[in-house]
Amino acid sequence: MAEKKIGLHTIKLKNPPSILSTATIVGPKEGEGPLKDYFDIVLEDDLFGEKSWEKAESKMLREAVRLAMNKINLSPDQVDYFFAGDLLNQIISSSFAARELGIPFFGLYGACSTLTEAMSLAAMMVDGGFADITIAATSSHFSSAERQFRFPLEHGNQRPPTSQWTVTGAGAVVLGSKGGGPYITYITTGRVVDFGIKDANNMGAAMAPAAADTILRHLKDTGFTAADYDLIMTGDLAKIGREIAADIIKQNGYDITTKFTDAGIEIFDLTTQDVHAGGSGCGCSASVFGGYLYKQLINGNLNRIMIVSTGALLSPTSTQQGESIPGIAHAITIERSLMP
Amino acid sequence: MEKRKENEIKNIYQQLVQKKVPQSSLIKDAIFAFVVGGLICDVGQFFMNLFLSFGISKDDVGYYVATVMVFLGAFLTGLGVYDNIGKYAGAGSIVPITGFANSIVSPAMEYKREGYIFGVGSKMFVIAGPILVYGISSSIIVGIIYYLVKMLAR
Repeated sequence: MAEKKIGLHTIKLKNPPSILSTATIVGPKEGEGPLKDYFDIVLEDDLFGEKSWEKAESKMLREAVRLAMNKINLSPDQVDYFFAGDLLNQIISSSFAARELGIPFFGLYGACSTLTEAMSLAAMMVDGGFADITIAATSSHFSSAERQFRFPLEHGNQRPPTSQWTVTGAGAVVLGSKGGGPYITYITTGRVVDFGIKDANNMGAAMAPAAADTILRHLKDTGFTAADYDLIMTGDLAKIGREIAADIIKQNGYDITTKFTDAGIEIFDLTTQDVHAGGSGCGCSASVFGGYLYKQLINGNLNRIMIVSTGALLSPTSTQQGESIPGIAHAITIERSLMP
Repeated sequence: MEKRKENEIKNIYQQLVQKKVPQSSLIKDAIFAFVVGGLICDVGQFFMNLFLSFGISKDDVGYYVATVMVFLGAFLTGLGVYDNIGKYAGAGSIVPITGFANSIVSPAMEYKREGYIFGVGSKMFVIAGPILVYGISSSIIVGIIYYLVKMLAR
């Protein structure tokens, strides 16, 4: 009997793990955005002293993990498990970072939903008594994603207004069985949802039904409404996807519009930073959560939030073969303090 | 029955998305493309006149101009300028021969890190390859038609 499961697909953690520390590293463009003061490190050079974008991305992930550990004087030997994933083929940013870190490693691929996928599993590991300290981390890099999914950087093509800008950023979150919060209290795992969108330049619309599906199931399973949350933030639906997701949720009887934002909208200034619909990538929700929201929880400006990282599960091959884009979204609830 | 209902929902959703999606401004894009494309042609014309004034024959001058324009396209790509032009000009800077140079030089630069054989060598034509294949193929077909028509007309 799954005693921690409530409703259809939600888990209520009985021993909620505490977030002990977070660390974020972002690129220069993100460092010019509205959240610039909340990141730990803003790179001046998005190659990070490396010879390739891929090496730079892996280093960002690795250094974010090290920084998160250093903040609480943790050594790698004290960490039981490391959950990470990224967008590159065979998740090399994560596994190459794990090579240096020497912590037992679970490699994940959930496209841009990886932050909450990793945090879900890392939290369950602690809650279940399998670990005392776990780390969840993820990264994305504009330049490494462009060359894998789209065109060479110097190619003079035009981006449509629906396109999104991959965030150069990495975030790491350390979870522990002991600690004073904020705590991860609920987990709603995503289903793969596909409404037949084929335009790889409109990923927000491809992922919006998955985000709406997960948020609706979470609200039904827990009995919460928008009033129970200070903020509900999706990962990278950006401007168009957020609107569509809010509409679908409203049609199903929940109005979350006033509490509902998206990391892809928060991280950039959409009018001046030439990012079209907004940011995207694993690093998008990772840097906005690890940088901005975590500090808001610590300061007490936020008490209970839901993070719903969203992923578009396409590959360049599937797009070329005419497949539609499946979406996924994983939700986790984070609370500043535990209800008595 | 299940499948039909699923397709119906997908159709409704795609129509909803179509309504939400902001369209590119066709007029603005067309004006940018026209102006930038026109300016590139002006530069070409300038070199053509220059070479003609040097006494190069009308039959040969095209080769000289093409060489200079390809160089300029490649040079601006190398400086990291051409992609910024392309952002505004769209087809205006893709269609001229400078855009062709950009489509070969940009992957050559991008994939240098994978080495000169499997990087530069094999990825160089990743964008221009289809243009070459179908450009050459269609010119062969047109050539055959031209030959047949000419033979029949005799």
